[in-house]
Amino acid sequence: MALLKVTNLSKSFGGLRAVSSFNIDIDQGELVGLIGPNGAGKTTAFNLLTGVYDPTEGEIMFDGKSVVGLKPYQITQRGVARTFQNIRLFSELSVLDNVKIAYHFHVKYGLLETVFRLGRYFGEEEDLDKKALRFLEIFQLAHRKDEIAKNLPYGEQRRLEIARALAAQPKLLLLDEPAAGMNPQETQQLMDMIRWIRKEFGLTILLIEHDMSLVMGVCERIYVLDYGSIIAQGTPTEIKNNPRVIEAYLGEEVH
Amino acid sequence: MDSFLQQFYQQLVNGISLGSIYALIALGYTMVYGIIRLINFAHGDIYMLGAYVAFFATTVFKLPFFPALIAAMVVSALVGVTIERFAYRPLRNAPKIAVLITAIGVSLFLEYGGMLAVSPQPRTFPALLPTGIFHIGGVVINSYQIIILAVSLILMAILTYIVHRTKIGKAMRAVSFDNDAARLMGIDVDRVISFTFAIGSALAAAAGVLVGIYYNSIDPLMGIMPGLKAFVAAVLGGIGILPGAMLGGVIMGVVEAMVSGFISSTFRDAAAFGILILILLFRPSGLLGKNVREKV
Amino acid sequence: MTGMRQKTKNDLLMLAAGIVIYAVVQTLISVGFIQDYWERNIVYVCINIILATSLNLINGITGQFSIGHAGFMAVGAYVGAIMTVKFGLPLAGGIVAGALGAAVLGFIIGLPTLRLTGDYLAIATLGLGEIIRITILNIPYVGGASGFMGIPKLTNFTWAFFMMLFVLFFIKNFVNSTHGRACVSIRENEIAAEAMGIDTTKYKVMAFTLGAAFAGVAGALFSHYTYIAHPASFTFMRSFDILTMVVLGGLGSMSGSIVGAIFFTWVSAFFAEWPEWRMVIYSLLLIILMLFRPQGLFGNKELSLKMFGRLTGGERRGTAQGN
Repeated sequence: MALLKVTNLSKSFGGLRAVSSFNIDIDQGELVGLIGPNGAGKTTAFNLLTGVYDPTEGEIMFDGKSVVGLKPYQITQRGVARTFQNIRLFSELSVLDNVKIAYHFHVKYGLLETVFRLGRYFGEEEDLDKKALRFLEIFQLAHRKDEIAKNLPYGEQRRLEIARALAAQPKLLLLDEPAAGMNPQETQQLMDMIRWIRKEFGLTILLIEHDMSLVMGVCERIYVLDYGSIIAQGTPTEIKNNPRVIEAYLGEEVH
Repeated sequence: MDSFLQQFYQQLVNGISLGSIYALIALGYTMVYGIIRLINFAHGDIYMLGAYVAFFATTVFKLPFFPALIAAMVVSALVGVTIERFAYRPLRNAPKIAVLITAIGVSLFLEYGGMLAVSPQPRTFPALLPTGIFHIGGVVINSYQIIILAVSLILMAILTYIVHRTKIGKAMRAVSFDNDAARLMGIDVDRVISFTFAIGSALAAAAGVLVGIYYNSIDPLMGIMPGLKAFVAAVLGGIGILPGAMLGGVIMGVVEAMVSGFISSTFRDAAAFGILILILLFRPSGLLGKNVREKV
Repeated sequence: MTGMRQKTKNDLLMLAAGIVIYAVVQTLISVGFIQDYWERNIVYVCINIILATSLNLINGITGQFSIGHAGFMAVGAYVGAIMTVKFGLPLAGGIVAGALGAAVLGFIIGLPTLRLTGDYLAIATLGLGEIIRITILNIPYVGGASGFMGIPKLTNFTWAFFMMLFVLFFIKNFVNSTHGRACVSIRENEIAAEAMGIDTTKYKVMAFTLGAAFAGVAGALFSHYTYIAHPASFTFMRSFDILTMVVLGGLGSMSGSIVGAIFFTWVSAFFAEWPEWRMVIYSLLLIILMLFRPQGLFGNKELSLKMFGRLTGGERRGTAQGN
């Protein structure tokens, strides 16, 4: 069964149709790429999937249930987590706190337990610390746990953002241009990491990317978006040889 | 004429003249907000300053109305520019809250510094212009109300001309549209901001002088309420939009006059804030504004 | 793990320190060493600390810029006074009722208003604070424009101090929990917070409601100390006062709010004879602070707790707040 099934999704801003008749199907465990030239509507599509925008029309089924009209936090709680194209960390907080916040909706202790430090408070807080630390270890950020997030180098900030999204324990991870601003070596490491987290966490991943080498190298299936509509889909090899894609990317290289 | 309608027209006349005062102050708020996204809390106190400059110009220097009005506008413009230069400009890239708090500080400084300088006692503003009362179908119109409206309209016309027809006006619009792009186009953004403060302060000062003449009493705290209400007027019309400030000002004036006339003058200020809350909740971009959303 | 023991140990140490301070001050009051003027200002310090830390919860921790705190204080002052004067309840009943009244109003106001951000929220809360005041002004049942008179003087140093201690512990524990972190994440990046599954509206309203409730507590303590609740005590000037305390100490820092409140109260008391000079100095202080140290004395750090942690050799966790 498809984990994510999007049918006929459209979004208009005033008279402008940013996304129209957008259809994708992603199965459990897949690693799928969404590519397209600048301004094709990729980020708008992400924002529709995560509830930042309400679609003008169309249906989004996640895990068998419609998520249209839900707020972003509700969609996250259903099991969709994301990163942002322009990194959005909690920049004045420590690396550890950034990850701990992502566990928020899994925490069960209530307000009274908080204020009077009763019941589940201590147990869960300790558990949280441990879990968050383990996560940071996985992402090689443990030695940075007390660092203020905004002081991390760029590559580590990207990594922290992914770690934070994973801490929310999603079924589907949406990555918005994870390689933006990275050099080829960092991109290579990122590819390895994406493959690894998919396997380790049994995740389904949808990623938007500009960097063709990353998409072609890591994705099993690719959708191509142009002028807000899907114009092609297939394996990396199929996409590379698709004349419509080449046309859409006119001027841009497709390796 | 039936007494309800008569009362209604009377309050409409009162409201429009009061509203044109609000509109003059609101223009300054809206221009400053449009350009540097700052609620200049001190703006209402510039209005107070204008009234005092005119007061001293007429009592000490025995100037007649127009020269006193011009003097008030010029002095206030200079003070406005000075405030921007020393209190706001250093904070151009600071968090918004820091600038807002600075503005509150400047406002308190003008109010209480004013008290120290000219005493907290209200002063009687001299009658600078001949009074006359006209009866039109049972509605009483004071000659001051006509003067307020006339001066306001003239000033608004001049402002519209400056903003739309002159080079500096074009620069103001460019900066308000996109600060960085304007800078890249070679516009001296700091100069444009100074100019905006100068014009806004001059308009507020004119409003202060007109109010002094109308109510013939001024005091150092007179700017607080009209300042807040003028800000409400600017939000009502759509902040950053000049015709919006004028429209908002007049609506505020009329609503206030109606509430005073038909309900109770103690609810006058609550009505103003009630409008603010309603507009913020249901149409935060104001009557003439467009909605914008943060890009994700 | 030592986390639990460490936290509890720190709490107990702070509580002990509080009780020692209380015992010393109370003894000095009892033997007549601290008299009227000083005692009054010490009580005001406690009330102002409640006001400042509760506003800090809204403005500093959650990042929602409210400048209408005096309105909630007014509700607490009046509702509390109604309970003791008209219904004959003891002070505790007045405080609870005042807190509840302010909380309910805070919830009703916060729910729609907190959709606004930044300047707009600031000006809306200022407007709402004024609406509350003007409404009270027009209710003859509580004395209208001449104020609510004949309130018994039930507040004393003991009440003020222990209510303050309660509020401080409440806010501290709240901030150092997943709920508090949710609030901080909204301040840091609302869009990211939402994407991390945090119901941002819920937490904004929660912080606002709690802040309002504590302002209500402060209001009830205040009106039962001054014999009278007067609308003129709750203008937006009072809101600015509270804001100044918070900003002075550093937005987001609880210890900052405490220091800010103490400093502000004593400076105000010192200049009470020269009200204009007081305001001029206060305004210059605000401007100079914003120009040269906009983050306040403490930034958003908990300086004292950090030092405290180091002194006791405790493990310093990397949170923005202490523990």
